[in-house]
Amino acid sequence: MTATEKAPQAATGQTTRVYRIYIKATPQTIWDAITKSEWTEKYGYGGRSEITLTPGGLYKGYASDAMKAMGVPDVAVEGQILEVDPPRKLVQTWHPVWDPGVTAEPPTRLTWEIEEEYGVSRLTVTHELAGAPIAEAMVAGEVPNAGGGWVMVLSDLKTLLETGKSFAG
Amino acid sequence: MIGPVTDDDRVFKALAHPTRRFLLDRLFARDGRTLTELESEVAMTRFGVMKHLRVLERAGLVVVRRSGREKRHFLNPVPIRQIHDRWIDKYQERHVSALTALKAELEEKHT
Repeated sequence: MTATEKAPQAATGQTTRVYRIYIKATPQTIWDAITKSEWTEKYGYGGRSEITLTPGGLYKGYASDAMKAMGVPDVAVEGQILEVDPPRKLVQTWHPVWDPGVTAEPPTRLTWEIEEEYGVSRLTVTHELAGAPIAEAMVAGEVPNAGGGWVMVLSDLKTLLETGKSFAG
Repeated sequence: MIGPVTDDDRVFKALAHPTRRFLLDRLFARDGRTLTELESEVAMTRFGVMKHLRVLERAGLVVVRRSGREKRHFLNPVPIRQIHDRWIDKYQERHVSALTALKAELEEKHT
C-alpha cells in the first residue's frame, strides 16, 4: 500500500460507509453484475457503464434516461480502477460529476469484495468518503429525490440475481 | 410455515435488546468505532460489549473492518432495509389500499 492509497479516513473510519449483503449467486455472477454494462443497466440507478478492468483503467457510470430527464449529464460518475482481482475484489476511485457541487469534491474510494460461504456469496461494499459530504449523503440515500443510495442498489442487485427481476421490473 | 432460523430471525433477535440497539445508535451517530470507544459509552464489561457486538455481527447489522491494528465497527443498514421491505411495506400497502377502498366507497355513497 502506498502513502497516497492510505487515505486519512481509513485511519479514523468516520467517513467510511460499509454495506454488506448476502446473495444466492456465484461470485462470478456478482462480479459480472458489477462490471458489465448489460448488467449495471438492469438494477440500481439503471445506467450503462464502461470499465477497463486493469489498474489505471477508467470507469464511467452513465446516467439512465430517467436521470437525464432530471438534468443529469451523460456521464454521472467517473473513476479509475486501482485493483482488480476477479471475481473477488475490485478497488476503484468513484467521483460523481452530476452537478457542480459534488464534482468539486475529491474522488472517493470504493472497494467491492465478494466472498463465498456455503454456496452463498457475501458482497461487501466499502466506500471511503472523506472530504465528500455531498457524495456521502447521496450514497447513504439521505438526499430527497436522489434515490436510495447503496442500500437500494444492493437490495435491487440481490433481487435481480435471485429472481431475475429488479425493482423496475 | 416455520422453517429453520433465518436471517430475519437473527436481525429481530439482535434488535430485541436495548444494549444492542444503543450500540447501533452510537454507530449511527458516528460510524467506524473501535471496541474501546464503544465500551466507554456503556456501563458494561469489555467482554459484555464484545458479546453484544458478536450478536450484531452475526445478524449482519455490524460489519467489522480491520484498519491497521484496530478493528472498527460499521453499521450495515442493509438488513434493516430488507426487513422494512419485506414486512413494513407489505402492511403499509394493505393499510393504504384499505383506506383507498374506504374513500372510494364513501364517495360513492355520497354522490
